[in-house]
Amino acid sequence: MTSLAVPGTDAGHTIAGETVHTVLSVPGMHCAGCMAKVERTLGRIEGVATARVNLTARQVAVDHHDTVAVPDLVASLAQAGFEAQPRLDRAEPVSAVRPLMAPLAVAAFACMNVMLLSVSVWSGADGATRTLFHWLSAAIAVPAVVFAGRPFFASAGGALRHGATNMDVPISIGVLLATGLSCYETMTGGKEAWFDGTLMLLLFLLAGRALDAMMRDRARAGVDALLRQAPAGATVVAADGTPAWLPATDLVPGMVIRVAAGERLAADGAIVRGASRFDQSLLTGESAAVRADTGDTVLAGTLNLDNPVDVRVGASGEDTSLAEIARLMASAGQGRSRYVRIADRAARLYAPAVHSLALLAFVGWLIAGAGLYHALVVAIAVLIITCPCALGLAVPVAQVVAAGALLRRGVLVKDGAALERLAGVDHALIDKTGTLTHGCPVPDAACLAALDGTDAAIALSLASHSRHPLSLALTRALAARGVRTVDLTDVTEIAGRGVEARHGALAVSLGRPAGAEGMAAALSITGQPVRIIRFADALRPDWAQALARLAALGVPCAILSGDNRAAVAEAARITGLPARATASPAEKQAAIADLQAAGARVLMVGDGLNDGPALAAADASIAPGTASDVGRQAADLVFTGDSLLALPRAVSVARATMRVVRQNFALAIGYNLLAVPLAMAGLVTPLVAAVAMSLSSLVVIANSLRLARVPR
Amino acid sequence: MTSLVLLIPIALFMGLIGLIAFFWALRRGQFSDLDGAAARILIEEDEDQP
Repeated sequence: MTSLAVPGTDAGHTIAGETVHTVLSVPGMHCAGCMAKVERTLGRIEGVATARVNLTARQVAVDHHDTVAVPDLVASLAQAGFEAQPRLDRAEPVSAVRPLMAPLAVAAFACMNVMLLSVSVWSGADGATRTLFHWLSAAIAVPAVVFAGRPFFASAGGALRHGATNMDVPISIGVLLATGLSCYETMTGGKEAWFDGTLMLLLFLLAGRALDAMMRDRARAGVDALLRQAPAGATVVAADGTPAWLPATDLVPGMVIRVAAGERLAADGAIVRGASRFDQSLLTGESAAVRADTGDTVLAGTLNLDNPVDVRVGASGEDTSLAEIARLMASAGQGRSRYVRIADRAARLYAPAVHSLALLAFVGWLIAGAGLYHALVVAIAVLIITCPCALGLAVPVAQVVAAGALLRRGVLVKDGAALERLAGVDHALIDKTGTLTHGCPVPDAACLAALDGTDAAIALSLASHSRHPLSLALTRALAARGVRTVDLTDVTEIAGRGVEARHGALAVSLGRPAGAEGMAAALSITGQPVRIIRFADALRPDWAQALARLAALGVPCAILSGDNRAAVAEAARITGLPARATASPAEKQAAIADLQAAGARVLMVGDGLNDGPALAAADASIAPGTASDVGRQAADLVFTGDSLLALPRAVSVARATMRVVRQNFALAIGYNLLAVPLAMAGLVTPLVAAVAMSLSSLVVIANSLRLARVPR
Repeated sequence: MTSLVLLIPIALFMGLIGLIAFFWALRRGQFSDLDGAAARILIEEDEDQP
């Protein structure tokens, strides 16, 4: 490994003074080419020592001299075509897999070595050799069981302390009894020790658990990598007029922050200078811009559209409207935390049945006249053979395979329980702004088509000089049509009016049309009539097909929006869905509670802060990748593409997963129906137990792998 | 029987080396970016070097 040069590492840069470690989130990386480009781009900057990409986390770790500012790194990545943002929390994200790796490795090592010894015992070693092998096995297995079994013992102990039971209780009892019996056999020079089976059981179960954790890690990394929309801070204007940038957490009431056009507010407050229009869609779902003059209150998370304004911070911390939504969400999430995973529900039935069977075998053999020792051996054999090995794999393997298949189609699944809950939904409530629609303005195709080559080029050139949301949308749309910019001179952007410039002898401008309704921009070129380019918040692609498929799956949809009546009625007319408008966050949550009280299982699809409580309260929830931080955190699933087809796909995959899980349970129970009578009859040897355990696990895994193929 | 005295310690020793190697790899972060490790092999080392 050392002979290979790490790309991006350049020993030629001498580093003096302080070296800084920066982690940038780069969500756009997804292949080897992107990795190489990012590492080389950063490596070429003077003062950068190393740049190392972590593709799994979509991050790049940069060691650089403190003369290199973080915005420079971001800017050079932007030039290379990658959006990047510094990670605020420097700490490595906590991984769920890492703590399981060491127990898994120890269990695998011990299992292989003990199996090696067991094979010789099974093939007929006896006398002193067998005793020696048993002692060796015990020496390996006992420390391994203590170390590798800890995750199960801890979980079982926790459940028992609360008077509950879960899958880990029968596992722990089986493992501990089998180890104890085997030690006794070893010490008394007995014929059969069960160390191999015990360790194999731990190995399989740890593998299932590690798979489960891996799925959660991967989804969380994907969700974390999506760029944050809310600003992480604001430019504070001091009393003497000097501006300084402060992180959002350091803002206190009374400070004056300057918010440029196209920037999001970091705190609630009142405007002290200037007037502008604000896009509150993230907060309320309202798509029409709201006008605010000096003295009016503006809210954190809203987008300033027209003019730079100075805002005196009014509320911070617990008093903001954001905090109110957070409180609603915390109380809404409690219902979901009561959900019991299917494996634990199965264990509630399974554990008592198994333990009474073992007790029955014990008592039965005693009554039949067997000795205490013999009856105990049979009872423990029953416990080992019924230890839920296949059951422990049945759920995680199916869910991991399904989540991996969904990931390839652009749907991130936060955890396995999400798939279980999603499979049961029979109603869907869909937010309008940002979910059913793109949530950002898209220029009307007919208006664009009406612009001829030069006019389109002038429009693109003008739009590219502004950060106004409509300009950004126009730039995107025109660039996508293959329009190229032309040379402009004397470009000036006048806040609230638009961009003016000269193209050769012509005076050209792009700005707000006088007296136009709704969202529009006016393109004026000397000697030509003014063109109006209309913008609308367009529906996402494939919406019709997606809604039809959801209906076919038995999930009728309805629109639940915080937007004004007219806008929602328009969307309802096009989609043909029942709709409810002007719903506040609390009303959205109440609407879900009403449906749930009527016995429905509700899927909530939403993106904004205002959807947060509803996303947390619903039985299952999905957010688009463009959603707000709150929306993405609260949702169970996040889809990264544009297409709404992700919704029916996720529902049908979740249902297929539950079908496979149930099949796996049936297979595991069928195996027990065969094996338990043998064990109760005292016919099960360690060899039979090992073979039966491996076979049942392999069958369950093979059945789960069928989920790897996802329908389009 | 005498061969066992030799073979069993050898087998255990080799297994132990594997376990130690795994723990070393785990601690050195070899498993922290599995997707990246898979993609890294495809990067042209000398693409933009003279």
